[in-house]
Amino acid sequence: MKTERKLGKDRLVWMYTQMVRIREFEEAIKRTFLEHPGVIRGHAHLGDGAEASIVGTLATRNPKDWVMPSYRCHGYPIVLGTLLRKMMAEVFGRKSGLCQGFGGSMHLADPAKYFPGPSGIIGQSIAHATGAALTAQIRKKGQIVYCFFGDGAAKQGAFFESLNMAAVWKLPIIYLLENNQYQAYTHFRLEDANAIAGDPLSKKAEAFSIPGVTVDGTDPLAVYKSVAKAATRARSGKGPTLIESQFYRLSAHGNVITVPPLPTQFPEHEAIAVYGNRSEFEKGKSKDPLPRFRSRLLRAGALADSAAKRIESAARAEVQDAVRFALDSPFPAPEEAVHYVYA
Amino acid sequence: MAREMMYADAIAAAIAEEMQRNPDVIFYGQNMAMTERDPMLRRFGRNRVRIAPISETAEIGIAIGAAMTGLRPIVELWMSEFMLVAFDQVINEAPRFHYMSGGQVKVPVVLKAGFGFCAGWAGQHSNCIYHTMMGIPGLKVVVPSTPADAKGLMTAAIRDDNPVVYLHPYMLTLEKGEVPEGDYVIPLGSADVKRRGSDVTIVAVGWMVKKALAAAERLAEEGISAEVVDPRTLAPRHSSAAAVIAGEVAEYGFEHLRSPIRMVTALDASVPYSEPLENFIIPSEDKIINAVRSVLTHQAVSPLDPFRG
Repeated sequence: MKTERKLGKDRLVWMYTQMVRIREFEEAIKRTFLEHPGVIRGHAHLGDGAEASIVGTLATRNPKDWVMPSYRCHGYPIVLGTLLRKMMAEVFGRKSGLCQGFGGSMHLADPAKYFPGPSGIIGQSIAHATGAALTAQIRKKGQIVYCFFGDGAAKQGAFFESLNMAAVWKLPIIYLLENNQYQAYTHFRLEDANAIAGDPLSKKAEAFSIPGVTVDGTDPLAVYKSVAKAATRARSGKGPTLIESQFYRLSAHGNVITVPPLPTQFPEHEAIAVYGNRSEFEKGKSKDPLPRFRSRLLRAGALADSAAKRIESAARAEVQDAVRFALDSPFPAPEEAVHYVYA
Repeated sequence: MAREMMYADAIAAAIAEEMQRNPDVIFYGQNMAMTERDPMLRRFGRNRVRIAPISETAEIGIAIGAAMTGLRPIVELWMSEFMLVAFDQVINEAPRFHYMSGGQVKVPVVLKAGFGFCAGWAGQHSNCIYHTMMGIPGLKVVVPSTPADAKGLMTAAIRDDNPVVYLHPYMLTLEKGEVPEGDYVIPLGSADVKRRGSDVTIVAVGWMVKKALAAAERLAEEGISAEVVDPRTLAPRHSSAAAVIAGEVAEYGFEHLRSPIRMVTALDASVPYSEPLENFIIPSEDKIINAVRSVLTHQAVSPLDPFRG
């Protein structure tokens, strides 16, 4: 209740609104594979299940703090205020997209919103985010960096090297390890030494002598509380914190990788499709952060059911508008492909 | 005004002058600026001159992130082979962001490394690996062969808005030469005629320029006038499997050619996401047919034509 009071009703409603907007966006992407086959190419990675973790984290953000996630990147710019029209148009490869169709789903970039854009190679963005924190430290304008990555990325060399350097240089950064239970298609209990030993993944922080915290990533207020502490530490020059946010990825790693002209589609979650473990998936789904936060706000009197319904239908309309806009947008001209090779 | 300087000092002078000129320029690497006596550290402070652990992926990746957010980092990597530990960052991160973001993001980093240490360092510390970084769209590679070029190219590399790999042959470290004082920039992409000659042209880079010049002197004694050209910038330029094979054909089968060679390859850009863009980059049947026609009719093609094969 203390965190709720601290945030206030407007902020809580804002948080729920952002969570709903992310979910609606990701659901629309998934539907596009059925309704408009072939419109989304390559590999799209969805963040449904991560909404509470993303929004709880970014609720602590100041307007000029940088946000640098992995290639599973749709949720963050939605919270930063990037236009959904431009995001959807980029995912559909259109000229009106954020990156004019050059990047696609894995490479959304909106530097004007302090979102410089992720790498598609797992773990490598952790080093880039650490570099943004170096800029923040040198510029001395009070900025910090929010670096998001998955449990799989936490086994890359870039993770260990970056955390060491951030700790040595006391860089203003928060490492948000999104433990969504799967490294691509592999369950994290099959590939993570901490998990196999029965320890939380935040134990990795001990290797760098920095704080390591594990938090329930399905609870936006719990996430907020932990991240706020890490943000204060980063802003006061004390250096990085590693936060393991535990939640369950509600969609498969990404759409099926098919060779053209076979149409691509969104498969069932790995728990079912690979491991045949439907009960694990159902358990994960029962901890879906959206209905839980909704009923919590309703119980606390921060949100009326009618107001929640208005938020939900507004988000649906906003996303539908973005889909229409993207479908109606022209493709870039082919010869533009040789633009932007060099700055 | 110019004064005689050692090659290594010319590089250091360019870095110091640019750091003086622009507070966004920072400099770090392994085993450097370790004590407070370090002249760069004394001049620019620990904020801008730093020691890094042996972590090439993070060193280069951090430089990329710092560059994406407004700084202009120079990373001291010492030996070019050490970059191989972090080749994803060099090849598949730094040069891609400007393109993938549709021109929104810039990555002005300088990756500085020595190479070709022919002093008994054997199989893993002596090699030339610059060819592995040629033909990477978005990446620039320079190799200075004189103290003056070392300064002018470093200044240009720091001011460039793209990732630049700056490779200096270790065998030139102690070489002396006249170096212009003050602001001295050699535009990236400009070659230099190191010796005039009318019978033959020798193209050489780095330490080999020195050897080519010595060879040209001996040839002159035989009455052969050899020109020596130093490209200085090795990338960007078209470089592909086709280029290597075309080079072999030109070297060993020139007398059998009845027309200039045409190469149909992917265009010099990363592969873009959107379908029409992607189709434009990769070779098509039409491009193959057009190239065949231009070979049969002896038509010249401009390397700058974006519609070329």
